[in-house]
Amino acid sequence: MSALLQVSGLAKRFGGFTALEGITLAVAPGERLGLIGPNGSGKTTLINCVSGALFNDEGRVEFEGRDVTRLPPFQRARLGIARSFQIPKPFRSMTVLDNLRVPLEYAARTRAGQRSAVDEAMRILETMGLAARARQDSAGLTQVDMRKLELARAMAAHPRLLISDEAMAGLSGAEVDEVLEILFKLNGAGITIIMIEHIMQAVMRFSQRVVCLDAGRIICEGTPDQTVANPDVQRAYLGA
Amino acid sequence: MRGWGFWAASAAALAAGLAFTALADNPYYFNATYVILQALIMAVAWNILGGFTGYVNFGSAAFFAVGAYISIALLKTADVPLPLLILASALVCGLIGLGVGYLTLRLKGVYFAIATLAMGIVLETLVTNWSYVGGAKGTAILTPETHLWFDSYSEMLFMVMLLLALGSVAISRALSSSRIGRGLAAIRDDEVAAECSGVPTLRLKLVSTTVMGAMMGAAGAPYPYFVTYVDPISAFNLFIAVNAIAMPMIGGTAHWAGPVIGALLVGSMQEVITVTISSELNVLLVGIMLVLFITLAPQGIVGLVRKHWKRRKSA
Repeated sequence: MSALLQVSGLAKRFGGFTALEGITLAVAPGERLGLIGPNGSGKTTLINCVSGALFNDEGRVEFEGRDVTRLPPFQRARLGIARSFQIPKPFRSMTVLDNLRVPLEYAARTRAGQRSAVDEAMRILETMGLAARARQDSAGLTQVDMRKLELARAMAAHPRLLISDEAMAGLSGAEVDEVLEILFKLNGAGITIIMIEHIMQAVMRFSQRVVCLDAGRIICEGTPDQTVANPDVQRAYLGA
Repeated sequence: MRGWGFWAASAAALAAGLAFTALADNPYYFNATYVILQALIMAVAWNILGGFTGYVNFGSAAFFAVGAYISIALLKTADVPLPLLILASALVCGLIGLGVGYLTLRLKGVYFAIATLAMGIVLETLVTNWSYVGGAKGTAILTPETHLWFDSYSEMLFMVMLLLALGSVAISRALSSSRIGRGLAAIRDDEVAAECSGVPTLRLKLVSTTVMGAMMGAAGAPYPYFVTYVDPISAFNLFIAVNAIAMPMIGGTAHWAGPVIGALLVGSMQEVITVTISSELNVLLVGIMLVLFITLAPQGIVGLVRKHWKRRKSA
């Protein structure tokens, strides 16, 4: 089976600082991949390069066999790469519902002004448990609802690949389970998911495969158990 | 205001305008209302880039001056009728907006604002050194003899301005509630998130600068006939530019009605104060109102009304 996402030899530098180097990574269709690593190891930079928010200096990014290395983010979103943001970035002047209409109308190309866009936005909000908030201003949401909105907006883009950037940071145990449940449900619907997370218990439960980054390089790749047992990962990240 | 309500209000405004030209005959009234309508179009135009898209800038009003000068250049060349002047100015200013947008839209926030300020100065310098349109000493334009069925040329100009104003408001309203409008709002709220939601941000920002430029140009096109003497200093006047920013800010930038309310309110107040007290005081007044609104009600009058509405609903 060919990879949905293929990153090869990717490097990203900020001035003299090398944020990522020699990253080669394949993600299979339908996979649940966990991406872990200490703060500053390059996780978010990597997904910025995949989603197009940053352009990589070296290497290639391929999506469904197509080279997207030089494509701007909006075109990648239309091809099916969606992401949530670590620090929620809702469209603050809009209602929760309208937040979803933007990706529905632009990334998923649902015809504007039609009932179908609103209906579908409502359907997604129901899946996320946000239906009751649909008409509220997005700026006034609680932290957990803000995180769910991030995922809901990503879903509205009709993604093939969803990258969840620390969707659970700062949430309580019950709320973590709630978000995890949502991610499992989305994966069950056929969406490939890359999950960046610091909450190890969630990573262990969710991921089929875990990749650990440290100082801009991949130091380990394997099943969750293999990764946790890896001495490099323990030294760099788990603090054993 | 939904569908038929908006169009009914527009038709009523048009009918009121026609009745006004039939009944009133003091030329001052037409001059005053012309100035207010001109400011209204400029406020609506500024708001498309500054309000809907969130690219606050000081250069927009330069397009108004360029529009006026395109009219002058055409009139020096041939006897071009007014509708064509307006069309040509809108077209050229739209294209300049597109070009300038392409050059400056990579900048954000304060840097963008400064770049647009610089662009205004560049355009003014170009016009000042263009002797064909009068250069620094300006140029006089004779108003034509014919003025359709109206009693005077200024009455006709007033009606032209009213039509342009209604057209601008209709465009702005249609834009704000469309897919493009939601895209622009997404850019204003968070450009990175917008792009990752599939919004082609550069393309939409160019649409925004083009529409803004075209509207400003259209507002400037009849200006030479209105004042009959144009020089760069009066066309690129800072006061005109400040009004174009202050009116949307006071009315509220997020909604299409904001600049309309702001322009009608501030514009009429300025006229009243100019006549009854002094023209210097009205400059001061705009300054004070702007400071008050930015500090106390950054969402403008529309924002205040909405807040009040919400409180009543929840109470």
